[in-house]
Amino acid sequence: MKDENELLVEFRDFGFQYNAQAEPTLYHIDLKIRRGEKVLIAGPSGCGKSTLASCINGLIPFSYRGESTGKAMIRGRETKEMSLFEISQTVGTVLQDSDGQFIGLTVAEDIAFALENECVRDPQLHERVRAAASLVNIESHLHHAPEDLSGGQKQRVALAGVMVNEVDLLLFDEPLANLDPATGKTAMELIEDMRRKSGAAVVIIEHRLEDVLHRDVDRIVLMNDGRILADAAPDELLSTGLLAQNGIREPLYLTALKYAGVTVTPQMRPGSIHSLKLEEAQKEKVRSWSAGVGEIPPRKDRKILLQAENIHFTYGNGYKALDGVSLTIREGELMAIVGTNGAGKSTFSKVVCGFETPQKGRIRFGAEAAGIPENAGSWMDLSIKERADHIGYVMQNPNQMISQTMIWDEVALGLRTRGVDEAEITKRVEETLKICGLWPFRRWPVSALSFGQKKRVTIASILVLQPEMIILDEPTAGQDYRHYTEIMEFLRTLGSRGFTVVMITHDMHLMLEYAARCIVFSEKKVIADDSSAGVLTSPDVIARASLKETSLYTLAKMCGIRDERAFVQSFIDYERKNRRGSFASAETASTGTEPGNTEQEGAQS
Amino acid sequence: MKNSPVKTIVAIGIGAALFFVLGRFVAIPSPVPNTNISTQYGLLAFMAAIFGPVAGALIGLIGHALIDFSYGWGIWWSWVIASACFGALIGLVASRLSIEDGEFGQKGIITFNLFQVVSHVIAWGVIAPVLDIVMYKEPANKVFLQGLVGGISNIVTTAIIGTLLCVAYAAAKPKKGSLSRDR
Amino acid sequence: MRNIFNYIDRPSPIHDLTGATKLVCLLLWSFAAMMTYDTRFLAMLPVLSFALFVISKIRLRDVSFMLGFTVVFMVLNNVLVFLFSPQHGVSLYHAKHVLFSLGGRYVVTQEQLFYHLNLVLKYLSTIPIVLLFVCTTDPSEFAASLNRIGVKYSIAYSVALALRYIPDIQREYHEISQAQQARGIEMSKKQTLVKRLKSAGAILIPLILSSMDRIEVISNAMELRGFGKKKKRTWYMARPFSRWDILAMILSAGLLVTAILLNVRNGERFWNPFV
Repeated sequence: MKDENELLVEFRDFGFQYNAQAEPTLYHIDLKIRRGEKVLIAGPSGCGKSTLASCINGLIPFSYRGESTGKAMIRGRETKEMSLFEISQTVGTVLQDSDGQFIGLTVAEDIAFALENECVRDPQLHERVRAAASLVNIESHLHHAPEDLSGGQKQRVALAGVMVNEVDLLLFDEPLANLDPATGKTAMELIEDMRRKSGAAVVIIEHRLEDVLHRDVDRIVLMNDGRILADAAPDELLSTGLLAQNGIREPLYLTALKYAGVTVTPQMRPGSIHSLKLEEAQKEKVRSWSAGVGEIPPRKDRKILLQAENIHFTYGNGYKALDGVSLTIREGELMAIVGTNGAGKSTFSKVVCGFETPQKGRIRFGAEAAGIPENAGSWMDLSIKERADHIGYVMQNPNQMISQTMIWDEVALGLRTRGVDEAEITKRVEETLKICGLWPFRRWPVSALSFGQKKRVTIASILVLQPEMIILDEPTAGQDYRHYTEIMEFLRTLGSRGFTVVMITHDMHLMLEYAARCIVFSEKKVIADDSSAGVLTSPDVIARASLKETSLYTLAKMCGIRDERAFVQSFIDYERKNRRGSFASAETASTGTEPGNTEQEGAQS
Repeated sequence: MKNSPVKTIVAIGIGAALFFVLGRFVAIPSPVPNTNISTQYGLLAFMAAIFGPVAGALIGLIGHALIDFSYGWGIWWSWVIASACFGALIGLVASRLSIEDGEFGQKGIITFNLFQVVSHVIAWGVIAPVLDIVMYKEPANKVFLQGLVGGISNIVTTAIIGTLLCVAYAAAKPKKGSLSRDR
Repeated sequence: MRNIFNYIDRPSPIHDLTGATKLVCLLLWSFAAMMTYDTRFLAMLPVLSFALFVISKIRLRDVSFMLGFTVVFMVLNNVLVFLFSPQHGVSLYHAKHVLFSLGGRYVVTQEQLFYHLNLVLKYLSTIPIVLLFVCTTDPSEFAASLNRIGVKYSIAYSVALALRYIPDIQREYHEISQAQQARGIEMSKKQTLVKRLKSAGAILIPLILSSMDRIEVISNAMELRGFGKKKKRTWYMARPFSRWDILAMILSAGLLVTAILLNVRNGERFWNPFV
């Protein structure tokens, strides 16, 4: 007998402080979650939302030690009087790191994991695994190894792995972090589907609000600085300015409405673009706003920096990754390369950097690409190290690049291995640290930095080699809106210093807001090369590249605007005119660099 | 902080996987032609110094056995056991160090290296050759020289890579104390 | 990626045996081969393993890559033994029949050659069977098998985790080393030895520190799914023993018994035709 309204989780004036920390991470938490509810917990990095999740699934107090006050209860029992195992019978957790969560050697073994631990025997063991697999639609992949699955499929396996226990509450920690837009959309649909079928409560920890709201949620719990600031229905919360004030990105359609001077109220049902209701007068406001945004003229053609011609590449194991890729990158561009996993975008960057050698095709760079024959050496003849003097590559996870203890040494490493003399090293490291806003931390160990700051260190360690171009793999992965904006504004300042910046990403907001141009990879080929607004309003490209149409597009249609592309473009231009100036000046002030820094000259020489 | 039993089990699994990858794919040419330096013993010493002798022994045992399996030359038990013994012996240093708390200063470096030298000498100078003689009836002078060469090379790698790893890991642990920005 | 261990999925009677059976047989066989230096017995084992290869439908070219390593290892070891101890056979067999001299102490004797023959047979009697085991046992079944023959399930699971994460760690190593090469870090012969090792550190430090984070995530994931709560656990990949499993184990036990009996009859581990 299941009580439909049963209280599954209850926090009463709960607080928590990790043993290793000087301050509490959670203060005065009051929260109730009932069976069948769907709750989104949102907040910027470090707001305590992950700690709250650990208090729900029992990792606190059983894995992480600390002091707690007040009460944390699962089904009316205090968690500290239960065991982690008991809690796991009620709460099923899907962690953010899908490779860490995937423990089994194959799909079937991973789904079976919890049952094996409970000593479930055959034939029930096999039956329940099959049932759980078919629930999430992965039963045709039972014997696949994790490396043969896409990110979305791994998440399905993770979900089946907790559903197999028939839990009452599903807890998702940043379920969208590693998924491309279309897969993220499907994931939210799947989660909703699971809730309907099982009647379990769902708790989602995420800062990508608009993507979660693709399917209805009952409540949004907004957190900041360890406190719950709001616990309300989406329609109500989105009508306030609280989200933006606390570093959460509002849905784009709401931002556009606000720009147009429309006051958002709960009665308009702003929780989702699909439920949103606009009156004629409001639509008119949007139309006239968009018409009034002056166009920013596209920048005049710049010199070609890199030219790839008909690149074909097949890995040693016979997997073909690039099938005739041609593209052009111009000097000083800030551009994005997008596409699903396996579309070839990462392989392309490896070919450019010389990590892999294409079987066919040719890449030209610099003078060679610009067609100045006299001083053109061949790019294809350069080694990895020689290419790195011109094109820097920044990996997604800064922890995979950092090998030195001190920030200074990390940034200097590339120069030291190149045998540059110490006086020159000192000069260049100092300059780079200033450009990257790391000057105040120059004597710090790397370990004292936040994830975002570490990312800057890795970018600095590449910039110090004075390349003309840098390629960044998912520069904003795992960042909340504030850190994300920080990194992107920083990259933009690099652009204005003459660096060419290429971002490999599946983040839609990123390309919309920052990339002037966007190259779309699909099925090992380039399928589009257009402005970001153009790509995101082209249904055909969106479908083929597993992207997601922007809600601005839907809003434009709703308001009867014919040229959706122009509408999206005017949104971008409006933001560029009205918001960026302030960010850019803040950047300069905080880093204390003077305009016309020598770094730029060095890069261009 | 004490590690939970599950964490130790995972550390053994991941440690063995690292040992395997390092032993099988990380080729650093050594001064002796056609031989590579075994970086995996630096890793093993580091893991054992954090997770203790049992984890050390099992990482050495599983990792080494998997390498032998993957080459298909059968398991050379005498050397596999020597790897396990090295892991266990160097693991004894764990209780004298507190790398988990971010402490690994000059004293720690000396203790760690003292232990690793002694452990390597016992593992490759005594255990491996004696087992070779007992199990495989190989000539004594051959196996002792092999042990000597292997042992010295392992001592050097552990001294450099093992120490670097301990220093880096201790530095990455958050320490209390305030850092101030320089202007 | 799982092919590091060269598992070849092909229907055959050997594949049908459970992993636990094959592991038991492998251990019994290896002990038998290790136990004795009786040349007749050692000569029989390669013939037997060849027959098993035929039954298992594993072809020579499936394992040629691994055999290559083995042959190199075998030749090298034989050469080393001869270089270091050209009279080892004489001392083992207590007799000396000189064939010819290569100068100095390198006098070739019948005993020495016979010892080398035994050494080669020793390889041939253990290596093919390990290859056969590797080629016919699904890595997924391996942990369950270890647990079944009495290894604690937590340790058996460590082995499973190692097998699971080897491909991930290998890929990560590859990516890190490429990115570090771009910064000028290299481990080639152009560098001095100490520099090479320090370069290795620049690649291994990020790899190992991120693996330490991985340990944390995985152990949380396992605890959240109830690992380690009970004294026992079941295995999805475990299969019940069939008649053939029992038979295979009995036959392997027979080999070990034979080896022991031969040692007893020979009075030592060597079968000595010289005295």
